[in-house]
Amino acid sequence: MSGHEQFAEDLALYALGALQGDERAVLEKHLEDCASCRRELESLRGDMSLLAMSTAGPKPPARARKRLIDAIAREPRGSVVPVRRRPWWALVPSFAAAAMALVAVFFWSQNADLRQKADGLQTEQTHLQAELLRAREVVATLTASDAMTVTLVAAKTPPQPQGKVMYVKDRASLIFLASNIPAPPPAKAYELWLIPMKGAPMPAGMFMPDAHGSAMVINPPLPAGTEAKAFAITIEPEAGSATPTMPMVMMSQGA
Amino acid sequence: MASVEGKGTLTDTALVSAIRSGDEEAMAFLYDRYSGVAYSVALRVLGDTGAAEDVLQEVFMQLWRNPGAFDAGRGNLGPWLAVIARNRAIDLLRKRRPETDIADVVVSVEPDLAGEAERARAMEKVRDVLSRMPSAQRSALEMAYFEGMSHTEISAKTGEPLGTIKTRIRAGLLALRKAFAT
Repeated sequence: MSGHEQFAEDLALYALGALQGDERAVLEKHLEDCASCRRELESLRGDMSLLAMSTAGPKPPARARKRLIDAIAREPRGSVVPVRRRPWWALVPSFAAAAMALVAVFFWSQNADLRQKADGLQTEQTHLQAELLRAREVVATLTASDAMTVTLVAAKTPPQPQGKVMYVKDRASLIFLASNIPAPPPAKAYELWLIPMKGAPMPAGMFMPDAHGSAMVINPPLPAGTEAKAFAITIEPEAGSATPTMPMVMMSQGA
Repeated sequence: MASVEGKGTLTDTALVSAIRSGDEEAMAFLYDRYSGVAYSVALRVLGDTGAAEDVLQEVFMQLWRNPGAFDAGRGNLGPWLAVIARNRAIDLLRKRRPETDIADVVVSVEPDLAGEAERARAMEKVRDVLSRMPSAQRSALEMAYFEGMSHTEISAKTGEPLGTIKTRIRAGLLALRKAFAT
């Protein structure tokens, strides 16, 4: 901490989550550039973990363990894709991201067609590999943890919860991007629903917003060929529900 | 049963690696190892067993969904879970949304607290340090840590200057670190 004493006490408050306003902003700016203070912050959090040890004693009831085990057994891996570190993703999902997703779907389709036609043809295979590589690059950009995603809206528009669904029914391929989503109540999560032209709403993936309110769902299990009338979002138990619990907190426009 | 017993002796890093592959049993072992400290700190903050259970569930579900958020190269799992649970409990107490991505929380501390005996020794030592701390300092630290009060709020409550409160909170944390320094 030598040379950084002016930040020492604020760092302790920051670690505890007690520093607000200008002091917090100034310290966060300093932390971006100061490895020494970042290490001290990590040590202060270590001190906090020791303080937690003073509370040791009460054990959680057995039902808490069963609740967790049941929840993870019911939650298929891969249906939830947490989004990390997207400080610029503060507004609505960008048209750029949407375009990249559509391009990815296009290349995926094109690759499938080429795969049928290119049997034994080296030149076609080379073409296919190039297309696949480009598709992967698009998907890699879409899902990169350090991707900077920005949406421009009319000036002075207050942030609103936004979701964007890209759905290709014949392939049952769905990409959902959301931003400005508030944290759900404890032990709850958001669930996306596909409302078909006929029949009951279909679960289309669980998601939790990250610290910046962003989330995404990619290709949840859906039957191919389902024509969608609308999409909706509800708040459900973390393990998900088979039928939506009212109210629908978000709904596709025009539905 | 042999494999179960074997997995129970795995390191946190190995268990987190198994969780990345969707191993539910590894998750159960980590729960058995660290649910106590995560629950007890949440209970102390919230004073309500149901709310503390909700925090416990949320913290471990976050680990299940995003095991990559824990960077084993930069700290130990037990202290990390304790800090995540405390922070989430404070968020609930103060009725605010989480301000920090769990993947951004890096915790550096001497004891790794992986063994039950280590945790028991750490508990005794921390309680001893707190008992020997000047009461005003301990009180300021506990108000900030367990009640999520800002230094401004503590200053208003105690009538002491802001600078004094800041100093006491930091000195309190450093006293804990010193007790564990090798």
